[in-house]
Amino acid sequence: MSLRKLSVEQLLERASTGHRGALGRLLTLAENSATSEAVTEATFGLSKAAHIVGITGSPGAGKSTMVGQLVAHLTKDSQTPPAVLAIDPSSPLSGGAILGDRVRMMDVDDVAFIRSVATRGHAGGLAMSVPGCVRVFDAMAYDPVIIETVGVGQVEVDITAAADTTVVVVSPGMGDAVQANKAGLLEVADIFVVNKADRPGASDTRRDLDLMLDLSHMTGQEDTEYRPPIIMCNSLVGDTVGEIADAIDTHKQYLQSSGKGVERRAGRARFEVANRLRQQFEANLEGVLDSDTRVLTQAAAGQISPLAAANALAEQVLRF
Amino acid sequence: MSESRIRVVLAKLGLDGHDRGIKVVARILRDAGMEVIYLGLRQTTDSIIAAAEQEDADAIGLSMHNAGHLTLAPSMLHALKDAEMDVPLVIGGIIPTQDVDELLSAGVSGVIGPGASAEEVVDIVRTAVAAVARSSESGPEAG
Repeated sequence: MSLRKLSVEQLLERASTGHRGALGRLLTLAENSATSEAVTEATFGLSKAAHIVGITGSPGAGKSTMVGQLVAHLTKDSQTPPAVLAIDPSSPLSGGAILGDRVRMMDVDDVAFIRSVATRGHAGGLAMSVPGCVRVFDAMAYDPVIIETVGVGQVEVDITAAADTTVVVVSPGMGDAVQANKAGLLEVADIFVVNKADRPGASDTRRDLDLMLDLSHMTGQEDTEYRPPIIMCNSLVGDTVGEIADAIDTHKQYLQSSGKGVERRAGRARFEVANRLRQQFEANLEGVLDSDTRVLTQAAAGQISPLAAANALAEQVLRF
Repeated sequence: MSESRIRVVLAKLGLDGHDRGIKVVARILRDAGMEVIYLGLRQTTDSIIAAAEQEDADAIGLSMHNAGHLTLAPSMLHALKDAEMDVPLVIGGIIPTQDVDELLSAGVSGVIGPGASAEEVVDIVRTAVAAVARSSESGPEAG
């Protein structure tokens, strides 16, 4: 019987008995807009409260290789199997993608479940479908669920809204102390991993991060109960992967004891609701622009300003 | 959430290090709007099955440049059958023309030989995916 013919409920039933193809199919349905709502409805309320770990950092920092090592460590150690959502960018031209994270995570997918996801046009370092896919893994008792973002720059911090613990992977030679003090990605880390620590400049990178964290107390930004650890790692051999796993655990406990975990989960709910609304508004907006070309024509001809045109159409977008 | 896309797992099975061709094919499929899950070198039938299940692949593409296709393609087909997976298998690489019929009658869905154009590559993959989608939709009861 082809999996393509099964309903969401049937797939869930099979997946919960360990049928990996059924789980793979469910994730596809969670990704595609025509079916994602049905999957959300079916998995909502089945949460086992899995710990969600975000791994982010610039392209080529070694995120996938580190995740591969981390997952190998977790499959030996943890009671529940880990899952990975590995996100890579879709082409803005063709919409296609080459999903190449899995190639760094070989030999772990007999216990762990690894799924490659393309961004499909979504900015911010994640794909729209991430919360839905996480929910499927959580419902099927995978824990932790690891989300590896696309290689990001300085401002793609959506991951912090999607994850409980955010690990930022940096590598030597990416810049000096001024870079480290810029706003953005580095502010949101719960754990730092200085990857490729065998390379020259790794200790400088560590020092710059340390200084950056030291300055936080001067501006009141510091969390006095929790300071993000900086872990040196060579992901090719995975020397400190146990330390990384322990740091994730420590942060998890901190989230529980401090009450910050509840805050983060509330933030996540808000993030997902807002994203849904945004998506709806965007669809409305395209609909209005397609159906009412009169205002657009006036704007194009310079008869009214773009701002006036937007104001003239705003009501319609809400009611569309 | 978004429109569905054809997802293809690409791999080299066994000890065959010639990966220029598979990288070109990955690029061609990407530029045709497909999502390519790239496994690269030194895969086994087990690792390909695991990836295809987890990635819910619409097709598997194997690249072969070491004259192993008449052995390895059937063993991949066996593995798929054992796993009860109805995922089409496309073989690409240095495949002599006299071997193509044998591969197709063994159950391979398409063969991409040397010199195939980008259009042909895309067309063979699309056709293979569509054929399986049709047969799984009609199902056994519909004949």
